[in-house]
Amino acid sequence: MSSEIVWMIIGMGIVTYLPRLAPFILFRGKELPPFIQGVLKNVPYAALGALIFPGVLSINDDIWFGLLGAAAAFTAAYLGANLMVVVIGSIAVLTCYSYLFT
Amino acid sequence: MTEIVLQRQDSSFKKGIQAGLTIAIGYAPVALTFGLLAKTTGLTIGETVLMSMIVFAGAAQYISLSLIALGTSALEIILTTFIVNIRHFLMSTALNEKAEEDHLLYKAIYSFGITDESFSVVATRDGILKTGFILGVNSIGYFSWVIFSAIGFVIGANLPQILQESMSVALYAMFIGLLVPSMKNGIKFVFLAVLAACFNSIFIYTKILATGWGIVAATISSAVIVEFMERKKKSQGGKQNEQ
Repeated sequence: MSSEIVWMIIGMGIVTYLPRLAPFILFRGKELPPFIQGVLKNVPYAALGALIFPGVLSINDDIWFGLLGAAAAFTAAYLGANLMVVVIGSIAVLTCYSYLFT
Repeated sequence: MTEIVLQRQDSSFKKGIQAGLTIAIGYAPVALTFGLLAKTTGLTIGETVLMSMIVFAGAAQYISLSLIALGTSALEIILTTFIVNIRHFLMSTALNEKAEEDHLLYKAIYSFGITDESFSVVATRDGILKTGFILGVNSIGYFSWVIFSAIGFVIGANLPQILQESMSVALYAMFIGLLVPSMKNGIKFVFLAVLAACFNSIFIYTKILATGWGIVAATISSAVIVEFMERKKKSQGGKQNEQ
C-alpha cells in the first residue's frame, strides 16, 4: 500500500464520519423548536424523493431501463408486496426486458 | 436486570438485521463494481478494502476513483468527499430526533453506519427507534459493502452482464419500496417526495449545484415548504373553529 493513498483514505474516512456523528453530539438532549422538529420529520420522505429521481433514469444508457424498473417497483410496492419482493421483482422485470429487447 | 436489557437489545438487533437484508442485497452489485473499478484504477486490494471499511460511502468512493485516475491531489479528493457526504449531517439530525435516548458511545458507533440506504430503512419506521435495531440495519449493510468490495477486486464483476445491469436498479427499487407504503398514509408524503424530486432534477439538469449539495438542498426545501403549508392549514383550521 502506498502511504499517500492510505493517508488520503483516512482523511476521506474522517470527513465522512464527522457529519454522520456531529448531530448526535450537537443536539444531544436538546429540545429543538417545534418547526424544526416538523421539518426533520418530513426529511426521510423528501430525501427518498430526491434519492430516487432523477438518479434512477441514469442507471443505463437506455432511459426506459430505469423507468421500467421504477414502474415495476412502484407497482409491486403499491400492491403491498414485501420490500424484498419489490427489489427482486424489479430486477427480474429488467432481466426479462434485457433478454427480449437488447 | 442486565440480562433482560441485553435480550431486549438482542432481539431488536435481529430485527434490524432482517430489515437491513434488502440493503445487503442492493449493495452487492454496487460494491462488486467498486472493487473491480478500484483494481483497474490501480489500487491494491488492501487500499480497496480499507476504503470500503473506513469511508463506507458509495458515491464518494466511486468519485474518488475517477479523481485518482485523473491525478487529482489528495486534499482535493478529501474535500470533494466531504461535500458529497455532507447530506449525512441532515440524516443524522433527523435520526437523532427519532432514536431512543442512549449512551453517546452507542450513537457514535451506529452513526458511522448511516448511509442513504440505512437511513431510509430506519427513518421510515413508526415510533421510537431502538439502538439495537439501528445497529442491526447498519451492520449488515456494512459487512455486505466491505465483503463484496473485496470479492469484486479479486474475481472481478463476474456476474452475467444482463444480471449485472438489471441489478443496478436494486437500490432504487428499495427506495421506491420504502416510499410507496408511506404515500398511502396521506397526500403530504406524496407531496414531500415529488417536490424534492422536482427540486433535485432542476438542480442537477441546470447544474446549479453539485450532486452532494443538490440532494441536501432539495430535501430541505421540500421539507420546509411542506411544513409551512401544513402549519398554515392548521392555523387557518384553528381560526375557522374559533368562529
